[in-house]
Amino acid sequence: MTMRARGRRNAALAGGLGVAMVLAGCGASETSGGGGGDTADAADLSIDCAPYEEFGDLEGQTVSVYTSIVDPEDQPQIDSYVPFEECTGVDVQYEGSREFEAQLVVRVQSGNAPDIAFIPQPGLLATLVGTGAVVPAPEQVVANVDEYWDESWKTYGTVDGTFYAAPLGANAKSFVWYSPSAFEDAGYEVPQTWDEMVALSDQIAESGGKPWCAGIGSGDATGWPATDWLEDVVLRSAGPEVYDQWVNHEIPFNDPQIVEALDLVGGILKNPDYVNGGLGEVQSIASTEFGDAGLPILDGSCFMHRQASFYQANWPEGTEVAEDGDVFAFPLPPIEGESAPVLGGGEFTAAFNDEPAVQAFQTYLSSADWANVKAQVSGPGWVSANTGLDVENLVSPIDQLAAEQFQDPNAVFRFDGSDLMPGEIGAGALWTELTNWIANDKPTQQVLTDVENAWPAA
Amino acid sequence: MTTTTPVMAPVPVDERRLTRAERRAVAARTKFSSPAASVIALVIAVLWTVPTLGLLITSFRPELDIRRSGWWTVFTDPTFTLDNYNEVLYGGGTNFASLFVNSLVITLPAVVIPITLALLAAYAFAWIDFPGRNVLFVAVFALQVVPIQVTLIPLLSIYVDTGLAGSFWTIWLSHSIFALPLAVFLLHNFMKEIPASLVEAARMDGAGHVKIFFQVLLPLLTPAIAAFGVFQFLWVWNDLLVALTFAGGAPDVVPLTVRVAELAGTRGSDWYLLAAGAFVSIVLPLVVFLGLQRYFVRGLLAGSVKG
Repeated sequence: MTMRARGRRNAALAGGLGVAMVLAGCGASETSGGGGGDTADAADLSIDCAPYEEFGDLEGQTVSVYTSIVDPEDQPQIDSYVPFEECTGVDVQYEGSREFEAQLVVRVQSGNAPDIAFIPQPGLLATLVGTGAVVPAPEQVVANVDEYWDESWKTYGTVDGTFYAAPLGANAKSFVWYSPSAFEDAGYEVPQTWDEMVALSDQIAESGGKPWCAGIGSGDATGWPATDWLEDVVLRSAGPEVYDQWVNHEIPFNDPQIVEALDLVGGILKNPDYVNGGLGEVQSIASTEFGDAGLPILDGSCFMHRQASFYQANWPEGTEVAEDGDVFAFPLPPIEGESAPVLGGGEFTAAFNDEPAVQAFQTYLSSADWANVKAQVSGPGWVSANTGLDVENLVSPIDQLAAEQFQDPNAVFRFDGSDLMPGEIGAGALWTELTNWIANDKPTQQVLTDVENAWPAA
Repeated sequence: MTTTTPVMAPVPVDERRLTRAERRAVAARTKFSSPAASVIALVIAVLWTVPTLGLLITSFRPELDIRRSGWWTVFTDPTFTLDNYNEVLYGGGTNFASLFVNSLVITLPAVVIPITLALLAAYAFAWIDFPGRNVLFVAVFALQVVPIQVTLIPLLSIYVDTGLAGSFWTIWLSHSIFALPLAVFLLHNFMKEIPASLVEAARMDGAGHVKIFFQVLLPLLTPAIAAFGVFQFLWVWNDLLVALTFAGGAPDVVPLTVRVAELAGTRGSDWYLLAAGAFVSIVLPLVVFLGLQRYFVRGLLAGSVKG
C-alpha cells in the first residue's frame, strides 16, 4: 500500500518536472512563426496609401477578422495586413478557427459578429445575408472587383442582386498531380486531351502498373474529393452552360448528361485496372484520407492523382514541387476543344458593419496591392484570381500555373458546384451517395436519382 | 500488489447477526480478489492502455512514417524523432507558454468558483430547514439535464449585452454555471451523510452556522471537495466547446485545447502533429489525476452510494 502510494507520488513529481521543463523551454526560445523559404518581409513592402485617405483618420481603430485559415497559412495573412496598418494606423486583429463555419453563425446570432469574416462557401454567405447581419460592399470595393476580377467571381459574392462580398484567395481544382521524373523514366508524355489521358492510363496498366490513386476520406466530409471529380467532368463533357443549370437545379440532378459524366469518372475511379495505385482495391478510395491519397506517386506505385493546387501542402517536407522536380501537376485535360475549363474555390470577405476602418480594410483586401503583398509574403500554396496579381510574385510554380489559368481571359472558370448547392446536397447527400458509389458499387443512375430525390423543395 | 486478504478478517462473533448488506460486501471482497478477477482486470487495463501507448509512440515518429504506416511497425523498424514536439511547441505564430498559462488561468477559478458556491448551497440544503427546501433542491438538480449546447447562443448574447465578451469572465462564469447543479448535488449528499448528532452537538455547544460549516463540516468534506475538484479540473482543462464559443474573438484568452484543435492545419494536412499535441495537453491533467487519484475514487463512491 505505502509502496504504491509512493510510486504514484514519484510519477506525479516526474510529470510536474516535465511541465516545468516544457514551460522553461518555451520561455527560453523565441522562435519566430512559420513561413520560411524565400518570402519577403512584410515590413519592407510598401503600398500606395492614397486610396485609404478618403476614409478619414483611422488611427488607433481596430478591425477584427475571423477566418477558417489557421496555422501555418495564417501568418502570411497577418503579415499581408502590415502595409495597410502602416498606412492607416488601424490595428487588424486576426483570428482563425477550424470550427469557423459553425462558430461564425453562433457569433452572428448572439450579436458578437466579427467586423470581417472570410467565407469559403457562397452558400454560407447567402445564409448569413439571410440573418440580416451582413452589410453590402462599399462602392470602393465594387470598383476594385469590377476592375480586377472576372465577372463570374462577382456573381458568387452577390446575393439577390446585392453585391456583398469581394473575392479574396482562390484555389484551382482541375489539376492532376504526377511525378515528372517517373514520367521521364518511363517515357510517358503529359496528356493534352482526355483521350490521351485514357490512352496513357491503358499504357501504364498494360505495363503492370496502376496509373491512378485516389482517396475521398475526410472525416465528416468524406466524399468531397469525389464531388470535385464529378464537377470537373461535367464541366468538360456537358459544358459550362449545362454545369450552371445543373448546379442551380434547373435540370434534374440525374439528367442523362450528368449520368454520362459520372460514368466517365467511373471509367477511371471504378476501373480495377486503373486504381488504386499503392493503396489497394477500388473500395480503398473510400477509406483513404484525401491528404494521403497522392503520396504513392512518390514511391512510383501510382502515376496520377487528381487534386487541387492546395495539395502541394500535403507533400512531405523535402519534396520538390516543380516542372522538373519530384512532383508537379498538369491541368485536367479537356474532353472537347483546346483549352481546359477551370474548377475552383475561394474565400469571400463579408463585413458585418460599415465603419470607415472596416470599409477601408475591405478596399485594401480587394485591391491588386493586397494580392501582390500577399503573394510576396506567402510560401507555396496561395493564389488569387485577382487579375492585378503579378504572377512573378508567387513562389511556387504550381501557384503560378493556377494564377495563369485564372487570368486567362479565354479559360472558362466555374466555382466548385457543391459549395453553391444547398447544404443538404453539396455538403450532405452528394458526399454520402458518391461514397456509396465507390464503397458499395452503387449504380451510377441510382446514385444520381437518390441525390435528386434529396434535393430540398424550393 | 494485492496480497490475498484473509477473507474472514473482520467477521463479528455471531455469523447470523450479519446483515444482508454486510454479507454481500464480504462476498464481493472474495470475488474481486480472486486470481481470475485479477487476470480480467489486467487484461482490461492492457486493452485500455494500448491505444494511449500507440498515441505516445506515434507522437515520436517521423511525419512520413506516421502517414504511411501504423505505430506497431516501430517494433521492426524503430525510428524516433522529437520534430513533432518541436513543431507543436514552437511552430506557428502562437506562443505555447502563454496558452498554457491561459489554460491555468481559466481552469483554477472555474474550479474554485463552483466549489465555493456549491459548498454554501449544499450546506443550506442539508442543514438549514427552510420552506420549499426539497422543491428547490430538486429544481437545482433538474438543471443537470439541460444540455449546454442549447444555452450557448442565449448565454453569449447576455455576455455581449453586458460587455463581458472577450474576457476570461465569460469562460469562468459559463463553467461555473454548468458545474453547479452536479456540484451542489454531490456535496449535499456527502454532507447529509455526516451524522446529525455531530452537528447537533456542535449546536449545543453554541456554534452558529458559520462555525459549524468551517470547523465541523469542512474538515470532514475534504475528500469530497478534492474529488469534485479533480472532476471539474479535468472537464475544464479538456473543454473545447465552451472556450471556443465564449472566448471567441479574443485570441489572447483562448486555452490550449483551442490551439490543439487547430494543429491539423486549414485542410487537415498536418494531422500527424495531433498525437504530439495530445500528449502536451494531457501532461497536467495526468499529474493532477495521479496526485489526487485516491480522492477521486473515494469521492466517486461518496456522493452517490450511501452507507
